[in-house]
Amino acid sequence: MAFLDNLINGISLGSIYAVIALGYTLVYGIAKMLNFAHGDVIMVGGYVIFTAMTSMHLNGYLSVLIAILCCTILGIVIEKIAYKPLRQATSLAVLITAIGVSYFLQNMALLIFGEKPVTFTSVVNIPKISLFDGQIVIKSEAVASIIISVLIVIFLSLFINKTKSGRAMLAVSEDKDAARLMGINVNKTISLTFAIGSGLAAVAGALLCSTYPVLSNTTGAMPGIKAFVAAVFGGIGSIPGAMIGGLLIGVIEILGRAYISPQLADAIVFAVLIVVLMVKPTGILGKKVNEKV
Amino acid sequence: MALLEVKKLGISFGGLRAVDDFSLTIEKGDLYGLIGPNGAGKTTIFNLLTGVYKPTDGTIRLDGQNITGKSNIEINKAGIARTFQNIRLFSNLSVLDNVKAGLSNHYAYSTAAGIFRLPKYFRKEKEMTERAMELLRPFDLVDDADTLASNLPYGKQRKLEIARALATDPKLLLLDEPAAGMNPKETAGLMNTILTVRDDFKVTVLLIEHDMFLVSGICEKLSVLNFGQLLCEGKTSEVLSDPEVIKAYLGE
Ligand SMILES: Nc1ncnc2c1ncn2[C@@H]1O[C@H](COP(=O)(O)OP(=O)(O)OP(=O)(O)O)[C@@H](O)[C@H]1O
Ligand SMILES: [Mg+2]
Repeated sequence: MAFLDNLINGISLGSIYAVIALGYTLVYGIAKMLNFAHGDVIMVGGYVIFTAMTSMHLNGYLSVLIAILCCTILGIVIEKIAYKPLRQATSLAVLITAIGVSYFLQNMALLIFGEKPVTFTSVVNIPKISLFDGQIVIKSEAVASIIISVLIVIFLSLFINKTKSGRAMLAVSEDKDAARLMGINVNKTISLTFAIGSGLAAVAGALLCSTYPVLSNTTGAMPGIKAFVAAVFGGIGSIPGAMIGGLLIGVIEILGRAYISPQLADAIVFAVLIVVLMVKPTGILGKKVNEKV
Repeated sequence: MALLEVKKLGISFGGLRAVDDFSLTIEKGDLYGLIGPNGAGKTTIFNLLTGVYKPTDGTIRLDGQNITGKSNIEINKAGIARTFQNIRLFSNLSVLDNVKAGLSNHYAYSTAAGIFRLPKYFRKEKEMTERAMELLRPFDLVDDADTLASNLPYGKQRKLEIARALATDPKLLLLDEPAAGMNPKETAGLMNTILTVRDDFKVTVLLIEHDMFLVSGICEKLSVLNFGQLLCEGKTSEVLSDPEVIKAYLGE
């Protein structure tokens, strides 16, 4: 039963990683950049919810909605100010800028909220699930994480594959110049991608902080990196890949912590990534990218 | 008034003068050919016309509107669409979605309508699908609508590129070597398709082609380019019998 407990915790954590990984994968697939500040948007989302609930005494769900709105706007602004001017720059320059944005967000949070972590009140109030006469209890946060991540993957896939904006995103991800020549607004499409990714980061922030209720300015950093690993693991650029990668990383991390060594759990995650990349360099569901000339 | 008026167009890449002092006038409804030896600068002219490169000299007017130096999107909106010498389809999209991607600008609904699947989303998507199917019909691609573009045979990919370009509703359609890689039978089919497309969709066509069977078969007028400069222009039959043109093609 302890194993089942751990497995469920792993799936729950993995679901949160999956939601974060979706943001990484979308932005990478379409803007062809690694937005290392993505994890910190989660933290911003967490603080927005915290502030809305404690200072403004708003209800949890409403606070999450406000956080989604704030993070969406933040994502658009970050892209416009920090990344758009570098559209023609080397990927190294963009990467360094993204790390800069990451530190900027962390330090802004430090300035505003101080270094002392705050205690986050869970926004989830659905009932927990009891199985086998209460031998296994799935916490309500875990239930919410799993359901929400599945819904997000379904909605996102429908949006990308079945709508005009989604088609534009796919077209831009394949060939920006050809897309432009077909009248597709590439800048708007990239902006939309950041908006969606950052909105998802706010949802991930709500789930993460509800599950592990301590919030500080570095809360988003490690989950951000793990979700990045998840995205690479599943095949960066692939939506189902992000989901599978997220779940696997979550499960490996929790099982590794329980059965191998709590100190080594993170190392195990990265070791598995290295092995996967040696066997299949494009990740589990990744496609080979043909550079067009 | 001419549909396309190019005056003294020029561009340099470093020391290389790829196009120099190039002028071209195309009337509405023309089927116009641009020919010349490899490396003459033909594709570069398409790149200049569609805003991929900004010209260093000269002006481009489309239907009276000055489009010199405008962005790709503005030029596409003004009415120029193109295909590519090396096929550049959205290979991970279906045949239908490739054409629908080209329709984007003509069927407006908000992203929110798409996310929340409002009635407008369904209505507009249905209209787009219908229009896309109409565009696929002349190219015999209706049965391939759900095929991934990359899984199409080569000849069909070339046709799909034309359909996608037509989707943007251009006044002027630029085709860069549409028959490249096709066998004589496919080329003959393509020639018919280009003629019907010109008449049915009321577009003007400017095409680059090395296949002289196609050029002499459907182009009414020609411009010949050599080392970035206009060598000769006029009626197809006259141009093709010009000794200068023959010399440029056969070498010394
Ligand atoms: N972006 C660029 N930078 C530098 N040189 C270029 C560029 N684009 C084209 N050129 C050069 O300009 C010249 C004309 O090239 P272009 O592709 O227009 O020829 P073309 O007439 O289309 O030839 P082909 O029949 O082989 O397609 C070539 O010498 C080419 O190398
Ligand atoms: Mg060429």
